[in-house]
Amino acid sequence: MNNTCVLVTCPMFTYLEQELETRFNLFKLWDHSSSKAEFFNNYSSSIKAVVGNTKVGADAKLIDSLPNLEIVASYSVGLDKIDLDKCKQRGIKVTNTPDVLTDDVADLAIGLALAVLRKVCVCDQFVRSGNWINGDFGLATKFSGKSVGIVGLGRIGSAIAKRAEAFQCPISYHSRSKKPNTNYKYYLNIVDLAANCEILVVACALTEETHHIVNRKVIDALGPKGFLINIARGAHVDEPELVSALLEGRLGGAGLDVFENEPEPPEQLFALDNVVLVPHVGSDTGETSKAMADLVISNLEAHFKGKPLLTPVI
Amino acid sequence: MEHHQERSDHRSQDLPQVLVIKPPPVLTLFEDKFISSKFQLLKAWESTLPLDQFLTNYAGSVRAVLCSGASPITADIIRLLPSLQLVITASAGVNHIDLTECRRLGIAVTNAAGVFSDDGADAAVGLLIDVLRKVSAADRYVRNGLWPAKGDYALGSKLGGKRVGVVGLGGFGSAVAKRLEAFGCTVLYNSRTQKPSVPYPFYSTVLELAADSDSLIICCGLTAETRHMINREVLLVLGKQGVIVNIARGAIINEKEMVECLVRGEIGGAGLDVFENEPNVPEELFGLDNVVLSPHRVVFTPESFVAASELVVGNLEAFFSNKPLLSPVIYE
Repeated sequence: MNNTCVLVTCPMFTYLEQELETRFNLFKLWDHSSSKAEFFNNYSSSIKAVVGNTKVGADAKLIDSLPNLEIVASYSVGLDKIDLDKCKQRGIKVTNTPDVLTDDVADLAIGLALAVLRKVCVCDQFVRSGNWINGDFGLATKFSGKSVGIVGLGRIGSAIAKRAEAFQCPISYHSRSKKPNTNYKYYLNIVDLAANCEILVVACALTEETHHIVNRKVIDALGPKGFLINIARGAHVDEPELVSALLEGRLGGAGLDVFENEPEPPEQLFALDNVVLVPHVGSDTGETSKAMADLVISNLEAHFKGKPLLTPVI
Repeated sequence: MEHHQERSDHRSQDLPQVLVIKPPPVLTLFEDKFISSKFQLLKAWESTLPLDQFLTNYAGSVRAVLCSGASPITADIIRLLPSLQLVITASAGVNHIDLTECRRLGIAVTNAAGVFSDDGADAAVGLLIDVLRKVSAADRYVRNGLWPAKGDYALGSKLGGKRVGVVGLGGFGSAVAKRLEAFGCTVLYNSRTQKPSVPYPFYSTVLELAADSDSLIICCGLTAETRHMINREVLLVLGKQGVIVNIARGAIINEKEMVECLVRGEIGGAGLDVFENEPNVPEELFGLDNVVLSPHRVVFTPESFVAASELVVGNLEAFFSNKPLLSPVIYE
């Protein structure tokens, strides 16, 4: 297996790269950025596996350039950066990292909601800047008991719901179809969900259908006392509409881990007190990063040993 | 004096008075909720007289006083209120009231503990997640333009599976524990006495609790026993990855020793809403990214304040109607 050529698309996690290096003949795409043509000339037909992530996945162009590609193992649960149709056509297997990151992402969703509503970051800044000596801070917004609407009730959406329930938040959701084993209120239409909840959390996969699913109508329905939490993909939200709603006070606030154009979130948000912005850290803990990396490695090893994949997508 | 005359002109001068030495935040923000047909407020802070003179002149028949942390009810104050029968605080904490003296004189005390539990617990969990997942620090990172400049932010630490030691399992502690369970944390606790109906493992000392915990959340009251209960020894045993969250009272932690531990990296981080000498906060903390600071706000939501004001007024109305108090502090 040490001769098997694996391509990793961008820097992800040192531990992952090290583990890949001990097991495979590892190529780092970014080492060859100045001589891409030469690299592909020499090695493209040797590469049997690609490890990608949410920044650089495996698009049609990359897949087409690797004639002997057998498997794409994504260091993520999201698959929006992988051309799945192309993989299906070519018989290329795809794996991701579900479950191991569910807790961290759900924790962050609640953490962002608490941070925005309870003004945790603003208070912290208030104290650090020495302003407490000059006078008290005002009131924040209560989180417990607020109605939470979840877009996408998959693994992550369900985990968010479970946590919010401990705060006595009534839960409702929107997804492609009603889920059979839940008591949460279902809304066929996302605008209705937004109109009937105070905190809207985006937790679905990014597909063509869910692109900009949170649009002007949804934002208006959520309203000046409503809050948007996005731990899914930036492209779920019509970002210019979100920005103008926040600047104009038509939306109560937002907690955002993802943006349409990472790593450059809209600068107009930087001065706002009712937003919390974090740099796509949903699964970024030491524990989970290692678990994700181990899962990528296990999937690759299983594939090359002819064993069943642990977390196949296709 | 004239000021008081004006205010009580349109009300019966027979209404019993409730002394307020300094207005608690709940009165400042929601005064309209304190208008009652059963009592009127005697506002000491509006007088130019020094307090003891004001009390001697005007508070001789006062039976009830509404206080808060900013206006402690000491033995000296009590001595100037010969008719005092009730001390009401708009806070959960009662450490600013001389309970021993109140008990000796048969003065009842009510507080507002129950109404603040949810907000206090929400803030405690919010602070813990913030410290572990570096939310505030990452937010600063983004706003300072460092994401495109320096790339990915540092990794945080997972909340799920953490052993969280709750110090004090009263209203706040129980509400915190219930929330943490939903995140997959293992809850442990220390309290004055073991609670038999509680599913969490009990530790008889804070030191033992800290030794077996990844994080500590301080939810107990400030008393002579709990003052500086969290000291260097406890923090060292909590360890380099350990996180402490304090939503109770600053003086429960030996602040100087905690700051030293944080600066030296002997504990992993802290989420602090309360400090020994508010509003002064040790400046060494301002440069630390593993610390999240809050200006004694964990119960400052409109809902908590409305509920607290209703409870205060409810207690006062019950008192003046000779009915049972709604939230008496039981002496132990």
